[in-house]
Amino acid sequence: MTRPDQATARRAVSLLGLYVLSVTVALVLSALLISITGGPWRGVLNALLDGAIRKPGRWGDTLAEATPLLIVSLGAIVSARAGLVNIGQEGQLAVGAATATYVATHLSGPLAIAGAVLAGFVGGALWAGIAALLKYWRKVPEVITTLLLVFIASQGTGYLLTRTFLLLDDDPNKPNRVQTSAQLDESTRIGYIRIFGNEFPWSVVAAVVLAIAVSVVLHRTTWGFRLTVLGRNARTAQRIGVPVVIAGATALALSGAFAGLAGAVMLTAGTANYRFTPGFANNVGWEGLLVALVARNRPLACIPIAFVFAALRTGSGFLAATGVERSIVDVVRSLLVLALLVPPAVAVMRQRRVTPPPAAAAADEPVVSVVVA
Amino acid sequence: MIASALGAVGDILGADAMYNSAMRFAIVLAFAAIGEWVAERSGTLNISLEAMMIGGAYTASITWSSTESVPLALLAGMLAGLLVSLVQAHLSHQLAIDQFVVGLTLNIFVLGLALFLDSRWEAVTQVVQPTRIPVLVDIPLVGEAFFGQPWPMYLVVPLVPLAWWLMFRTRWGLELRSVGDSPQAADVSGIHVNRRRRQAIMFAGLTSGLGGGVLVLGQISIAGYESGHVGLKGIIAIAAVIFGGWTLRGTILGCLLFGYFFALQQTLPVLGYRMNAQLAATLPYLVALFFTAVFAARTRQPRALAQPFVRGLA
Repeated sequence: MTRPDQATARRAVSLLGLYVLSVTVALVLSALLISITGGPWRGVLNALLDGAIRKPGRWGDTLAEATPLLIVSLGAIVSARAGLVNIGQEGQLAVGAATATYVATHLSGPLAIAGAVLAGFVGGALWAGIAALLKYWRKVPEVITTLLLVFIASQGTGYLLTRTFLLLDDDPNKPNRVQTSAQLDESTRIGYIRIFGNEFPWSVVAAVVLAIAVSVVLHRTTWGFRLTVLGRNARTAQRIGVPVVIAGATALALSGAFAGLAGAVMLTAGTANYRFTPGFANNVGWEGLLVALVARNRPLACIPIAFVFAALRTGSGFLAATGVERSIVDVVRSLLVLALLVPPAVAVMRQRRVTPPPAAAAADEPVVSVVVA
Repeated sequence: MIASALGAVGDILGADAMYNSAMRFAIVLAFAAIGEWVAERSGTLNISLEAMMIGGAYTASITWSSTESVPLALLAGMLAGLLVSLVQAHLSHQLAIDQFVVGLTLNIFVLGLALFLDSRWEAVTQVVQPTRIPVLVDIPLVGEAFFGQPWPMYLVVPLVPLAWWLMFRTRWGLELRSVGDSPQAADVSGIHVNRRRRQAIMFAGLTSGLGGGVLVLGQISIAGYESGHVGLKGIIAIAAVIFGGWTLRGTILGCLLFGYFFALQQTLPVLGYRMNAQLAATLPYLVALFFTAVFAARTRQPRALAQPFVRGLA
């Protein structure tokens, strides 16, 4: 019989070992894939590092790129906490960006930027609200509806860019047939911070503050506790008086709102040159969701992971010189995600084998024991 | 106004091409949906269906390019689907990682991989020519749709009764259904719950991989793999299962319905009706959303759908 703290330490070491092993496997597989398709894997690695941090001014760009990823992932955590599977962030982000564009191009003055950001928030919330409505009113699994809504959103926001009374730029000098919104004017742009030759928008700071706020709300408030109970066991939640439908729908709408907010932030921070274009979301929604999955729903862990994912995005811009397609980055990213998902699951399984069930052994955090009347 | 709208409806209902195209989409959806139906009856809401289709489509396409053999290409597509399903099944029903997390990651992974490989080894396929069954193919309106398809499409004909027989006339199927409705009871009576669920996912992998292959080799408008082909058809197939209330008959009906709207979006411009392309593209997805919303609440879903089974955790 080993002492408990010894056993814990051993488990921690073996978990770390598993992480190292599986990430190595993922990276080796990626390198192999590049090699068998005839690319230089060393060159790819260097290009990624150059583009993400090493070249002057690059880490500022990476920070800017990480911001919407982080915001999206925070939203994904809110819904996951409530036991809901919102995987439609890509669409919610596009809708949020579109509503933000509408407001930003119709308002001006000091409050315009606040209005635009708020519009993005509301737009995303409404789009996710459709899924919430269908779930609680018609019992359609939100997994399917949020996904279907992604496609509708991406095509639908494209349609908005075909009519001048909606979002299409009505500038007569605009080249014909180009689908883009009018450019945001100075008053609706987020300011930039300049440090050590790098520059990044203020929204970076705001997003980090938001991550801390979400962490506090989820872990330290009654509302956060209710969501957690709801996510672990809906029946228990009902028994202790959590309004299941309202709490669930709020969580789902809020996660959409965060995605919409990310869209508004991208727009006002200058993605696509302060214009809304077709394909504006550009996978940020999907990748933000992956950030949340890898962080295993801990808001603060999202911060470094969002940076790594953003580094893959900014680094991929430098791949052209190596002759390797940018889409290799998608492969590397999802391999990394899989690699990071496996070790904790293996650890849980091992532990289960050693100490057969007390029911709590499967949860990675202690199960909430309910004493509230 | 009303007269012209009626005229349009008449044109659409009277177009042979429309039925033909709708049938093709429906068949491709059906391959995936039948597999998904089996997986869902065993308790897995398997969203990596999309990944299985993409894998099947690209693999079939690349195999055709190098061997020019349609059966080999379809077989390779099935194997690719099986491979994806093995990953999904073991991660979600052995390591007990959340099935949606695995499915989503696989969807992104396989799409990225197919795109990347396609940029290096571009797959160009020649479409299998339609097999025209004499006499029957000349039936007006639907003759072409039922009796003038490329031969891989007809593989769906034995697949439907096969799936039904497996699920309702074999011990394996009985165990699958029990695992989907009450895993605890199944476990107590000696059924290996997660093994059955893994097998159901593998079945889905085989059929949806085949569906991906048929998509690439049998669709008139497609030559070679492109990222847009599968374009969430896997997800629409899942919607068809939900629409069908987890019955085989309803699932097939769902495939026909959604297939019709995919065809509508393609055929409208051909018939000379102008509709904004982007709005038209959302049509099948809107319809899927609408009909699942109407029908999902009325039906009884497998009780343990999307709930992982870990022995000892009630």
